[in-house]
Amino acid sequence: MKHRTFFWFFAPTALAMLIFIAAPIVSVVLQSFFTPHEAVLIEVENCGPFGCQIETTIDQDATAAIRGEKPLGRFVGGSIYLDRGHLATTEVAAAWRGSDSMGAFFDELGDLPFYRAIGFTLVYTFTVTPLLIILGFAIAVGVNSLHKRLKGLAIFFSLLPFIVTPLVGSLIMFWMIDSRGILGSALQWMADDPTLSLKASTSLTWIMLIVYGVWHSAPFAFVVFYAGLQTVPQDTLESAQIDGASRWQQIRYVVLPHLMPLVTFVALIQLMDNFRVFEPIFGFSAQAHATSLSWIIFSDLNGETRQLSAAATTSVLTIIGVAILLMPVLVRTWRDFRGGAH
Amino acid sequence: MFLKKIAIATAVSLMGTTAMAAACPDAGRVSIVGNEFPAIQTIGAGASACTGGSVEVSTNLTADHQTINLPGMISSPAEYTSAIIANSSIVALMNDDVIRPLGDLVAAHGADLKPNQLITINGEVMAVAFMANAQHLVYRADVLAEAGVEVPSTYEEMLAAAEKIRSMGLMDNPVGGAYAAGWNLAQEFNNMYLGHGGEFFAAGSAEPTINNEQGVATLEMMKSLSAYMNPDFLTHDSNATNAEYRAGNVALMNMWGSRAATMTDADGVSDAVKDGFAIAGPMTVAGGDTPASTLWWDGFTVAKNISDEDAEATFMAMVKAIEPAILDDDEIAKQAVWLIDGYEPTEAAVGVFAAANSGTIPYPMLPYMGLMHSALGAELADFMQGKETAEQALADVEAAYITAAKEKGFLN
Repeated sequence: MKHRTFFWFFAPTALAMLIFIAAPIVSVVLQSFFTPHEAVLIEVENCGPFGCQIETTIDQDATAAIRGEKPLGRFVGGSIYLDRGHLATTEVAAAWRGSDSMGAFFDELGDLPFYRAIGFTLVYTFTVTPLLIILGFAIAVGVNSLHKRLKGLAIFFSLLPFIVTPLVGSLIMFWMIDSRGILGSALQWMADDPTLSLKASTSLTWIMLIVYGVWHSAPFAFVVFYAGLQTVPQDTLESAQIDGASRWQQIRYVVLPHLMPLVTFVALIQLMDNFRVFEPIFGFSAQAHATSLSWIIFSDLNGETRQLSAAATTSVLTIIGVAILLMPVLVRTWRDFRGGAH
Repeated sequence: MFLKKIAIATAVSLMGTTAMAAACPDAGRVSIVGNEFPAIQTIGAGASACTGGSVEVSTNLTADHQTINLPGMISSPAEYTSAIIANSSIVALMNDDVIRPLGDLVAAHGADLKPNQLITINGEVMAVAFMANAQHLVYRADVLAEAGVEVPSTYEEMLAAAEKIRSMGLMDNPVGGAYAAGWNLAQEFNNMYLGHGGEFFAAGSAEPTINNEQGVATLEMMKSLSAYMNPDFLTHDSNATNAEYRAGNVALMNMWGSRAATMTDADGVSDAVKDGFAIAGPMTVAGGDTPASTLWWDGFTVAKNISDEDAEATFMAMVKAIEPAILDDDEIAKQAVWLIDGYEPTEAAVGVFAAANSGTIPYPMLPYMGLMHSALGAELADFMQGKETAEQALADVEAAYITAAKEKGFLN
């Protein structure tokens, strides 16, 4: 394709990416370096149904004047990145000096919001992603070997968890695993422990969120692998069968190598998605036991507190996290590209 | 001729009275955001009744109102022309300067309003309150009678009653409480901390002062109570706690007045739960005189970033929605402790009235209280699960609060 033609083909996409991806990222990065001006506080008399009181409030005129001069706020450099809500450098250093064992150090780290969130986020990402790939692949192979007439129905039901809105799906599960819900009661009966509660235990909550994550995302892997299975070269499969390969060996040496690029694709998408886990934490009201970076952003943006700078900083850290996570895959793609160019 | 005169006189006097009473606006856009409990649904419906001609009224009543009202009012023109708020949530709107002073509108259209409905801040009317609210005890009179215990007036008595009910095998988890991690848990801390005589901030500054004996005692009491709650208590908000009560699993709980009146009005509530339902005032704790609760008002505001025409239409529609005539409906009269002229307290109102009469402290209207509330909600869950000490939890709250307050420019 001529460069000129390529340019005009690509221009609308480039423009959209600039407006909807690049500009918001620039704005978020900018926001993370600025905080609101120092508040001008005054004591005033407030009256209402319960009488009058002297209370502190913000002097709006004075604040508006300061804001008018510098609309972006105070420039604080990277200090938000280093504060207790984020990388917490001072607190981490103090914990390192103050704790006599690695266990104690990690305990103290878990008390800081960012590290607590990143702890759960990483565990979630690195358990859910492989599990959902394995499960998705197993379902795909299973459905593929079904009788033609059953396939349609099986595909539809396998896709259901993915069709349900994540928030709705997690709310449905939330009530089912309640200690008075159908799954919660069943577990109590099976464990013979009437006080067993999934929602009251941190480890059980984590397991529950991970199971939910696999349940919700496995259909995505299934659809991709199922499509891939339709392109497996029949000649190779048949020659493997003639050579006496078992079903497992056929999958291991013929099907899997053929699907490898798709595995990379699913892993890439799901690593990104799972790193941004949010809906299940919200839906399961699990914030007492598990938080994630996205959940921190959500809670910072809550209307009553509205910490824009804190939320922006966590967003930038999330972007950096995703970039680090995808680095191996991106490096490999880059190498393939360079290799292809030679 | 004589008859005609009378007819005209009557017509004139009727017109006179309609002009005096609240009226719907002639034109303008009214868009309301607010919470979803029954009394606010009534206000929303009342304002919506003004729709017609060139008046457009829309409402968005949701439990998430606090998250969306500020973003919806900060733009110009604002999406919401009125936010129904309480003494806690008005602060966020004041901090960002998105609501307008109502003095001239009150003078023009506020003949029905009583002076104590006007919320004045630094001499300017910023909101119009229509109801009072507080958390107080609701209980199962039948269960307490069966257990042979008096209605508790202190949290210590509540613990003793709960132990009795449990040991007699009447209920496994007789205490209810909105202890969901986040806003609810923090609010229960606030109640109990004020009951212990605690102060949130050093006088006249934004410095936190909760890591002290009262704070520790507060947390210990909350922990003791949680031992008598459903083990999932950290996920139970007011709605879930009410559901537990309706299901007959709870005998004693601290609940919002605004939800108490309609507590048992739901499908499938057994007769025992309905008949045994009773309301009492808020409890005290640790021998204190101040009830472990907070006083609230709910009221409406008018957005700053809208045209004067829309502001007037909004104000008129809202005043119409809270006109004294709405109290003629008994169902509406019992929905809340109305501050509206002509309100007669109903049976459901005794809890809130007891709170107001026994010196309960109003929820603090401070610009940085929201940050403290968020810090409490996020950091107390570890203590409630027994993962850290009360002192450590309170130190974490202060550290989280200070970080947020520095960012927002309240502390250096």
